[in-house]
Amino acid sequence: MSKVDVNVNVHHLTRVEGHGNIVVDVKNGELVKCELQIVEAPRFFEAMLRGRPYTEASHITSRICGICATGHATASLRATETALGVKVSTQTQLLRKLLFHGEIIDSHVLHVYMLVAPDFLGVGSVLPLAKSHPEVVKRALRIKKLSGDLCAMISGRHTHPIAMTVGGFTHLPTVKELLAMRKRLVAAREDMNETMALLKTLPWPRFQRETEYVSLKKDDEYAFIDGVVATTDGFTYALPDYRQVTNEYLVPHSTAKHCKHNRDSYMVGALARFNNNYEQLHPRAKAAANELGMKPVVTNSFLNSGAQAVEMLHCLEDSIQLIDQLIDRGLQEEPLYQFQGKGGEGVGSCDVPRGTLFHDYIIDDDGLIQGANCIIPTGQNYANMEADMRALVPQILDRPQEEITHLMEMLIRAYDPCISCSTHFLDVEFL
Amino acid sequence: MAENGNGSARPKVAFFDFACCEGCQLTVIDALQTHLELVEAVEIVQFREAMTEKGEDYQIAFIEGSCTRKEDEDRLRKIRAQAGIVVALGACAHIGGVNALANLQPSLQDVRQYVYGDKWDWYNTYPARPISAVIQVDAFIPGCPIDRVEFLSVVKQVLLGKTPAIPDYPVCVECKLKENVCIFDKGGVCLGPITRAGCDAICPTYGDGCEGCRGLIPNPNENAMQDVLLKAGLSVEQLRARMTMFNAYDPAQIEA
Repeated sequence: MSKVDVNVNVHHLTRVEGHGNIVVDVKNGELVKCELQIVEAPRFFEAMLRGRPYTEASHITSRICGICATGHATASLRATETALGVKVSTQTQLLRKLLFHGEIIDSHVLHVYMLVAPDFLGVGSVLPLAKSHPEVVKRALRIKKLSGDLCAMISGRHTHPIAMTVGGFTHLPTVKELLAMRKRLVAAREDMNETMALLKTLPWPRFQRETEYVSLKKDDEYAFIDGVVATTDGFTYALPDYRQVTNEYLVPHSTAKHCKHNRDSYMVGALARFNNNYEQLHPRAKAAANELGMKPVVTNSFLNSGAQAVEMLHCLEDSIQLIDQLIDRGLQEEPLYQFQGKGGEGVGSCDVPRGTLFHDYIIDDDGLIQGANCIIPTGQNYANMEADMRALVPQILDRPQEEITHLMEMLIRAYDPCISCSTHFLDVEFL
Repeated sequence: MAENGNGSARPKVAFFDFACCEGCQLTVIDALQTHLELVEAVEIVQFREAMTEKGEDYQIAFIEGSCTRKEDEDRLRKIRAQAGIVVALGACAHIGGVNALANLQPSLQDVRQYVYGDKWDWYNTYPARPISAVIQVDAFIPGCPIDRVEFLSVVKQVLLGKTPAIPDYPVCVECKLKENVCIFDKGGVCLGPITRAGCDAICPTYGDGCEGCRGLIPNPNENAMQDVLLKAGLSVEQLRARMTMFNAYDPAQIEA
């Protein structure tokens, strides 16, 4: 290796959610510093939940993140329902799954098209693409509108869902709305095919670093809500044992906690789900993965965006099936849960767009929250991002500093980090 | 369109965020789905969540999020010094929003220790506050998150040189116009009578009572509201929670 000096210092990384810095310092070809600094202002959600009625928890915690608000609300409701022993009807489960698919598509299309694609097309944002590639931008906005409308049909709006509550829904979509949505979803298959065609043409950076991939898992479906926690190192945990996976710890350069399990780091998110749950993907999604040359275990972190596109296809197809099931069953108003005067502790988990999310609440017999713990996907990924950075830097030291910086940004962006969730995150600094 | 004073026909706009979930900026991005012409009407020079390009010569600044750290005050003052017009975007910037719930806990040190344990003093923070507690704000767009239609309307008014008109009547007015069954009649509770309208009563429309995210109307009758809520069956704790979910911020919390 050449005895080069490289200083990467990206302050407030762009096209990610939240505030983070990338700092890389190479002296005489030796990597002396390689950090992803999380500089987001802490917000203390777990502490502020204490003393609040359990009914508020899903509405307060959805405000952790504007992108995965529905994911937080769902994990929160599952934690509360587990704590209070609330049984959820099949209709509610189907509606929650459908709503969740809307959020996955919404979040992934935002990331793939508006945050990642500009890197490959040589621009700084999606805005110049509106002129140079109008069909790409219009397609992205069309898919985003579809997924947003799907969420709004069920919960009132995508960011900060309204109608989902403990044990059920305060508002139901009509059969007419479901049928109209079904039609639009079927028509969107073409946009999904175009999306895969676009991704196939992108020059994905070459990079391999195997790690432990962690996600929820279910036997009978591609798991997004509930299940067990499974890892590619062969571990399986029931949800109440989530702390055995996450093992949170603090580092001074990050207002977000880090996590590790069997190795020094692990990865959650679309690529981890893909690697763990490939068999449960819809056949069309599997075929799309095949076209991208993706087969588990994929160890190129940049291809997290590819896994996201595969999941968009899966969610579109599964949404169509869910709507068929809902219409076949017929929608009916169901009585909402009434508090029984008995508290408890419960863990809820969902695999949200960026990975596995845990909410854990203790609720007292007055229905007030006494303790809360939330573990966020991006927080679980930080250690793995830094491990990837340490692996990638030595491989690209011979390139111009500008290119090194850009690749580091792309690497972190590939994880689709959500820094305000984990507190806040991304800036690349070269010292 | 009028010129902006330096020869360019399109006013330069920048977006900034402090302690928040960035859901209001996402709503801005979503507004492009139906109003892509927005990017023709203004020139967006800074929007970290969506773009790498960065310009510092903006005339209009939209700021999302609360101020929760001393060091963020300088960033806010720099934005204020540059921008001719500062617009608070959403509840966190406008009224403190859910961030101010931390101010209600026994002490800030207790809050920090609860989340960060014995490393609590590694990370700076102070009581959450709306940005108007730090800098002068020219206009605000209420809500958690902001309403897409209202955002477009405010942008239009700002571009025309007007002070944006935000409703000062309560959510109940819009709820009645939608012919919703009153949430109280359905056995629920709602802050609609004292909360600023402009959201098209979206929460009651989807079966949930108003939580006050748009802040209170001028001269709200909070005592009468509390009587109604207690009569509807809320406990004192539930009442306090309802009244503070988005409106916990009190200037007394930040007095040294």
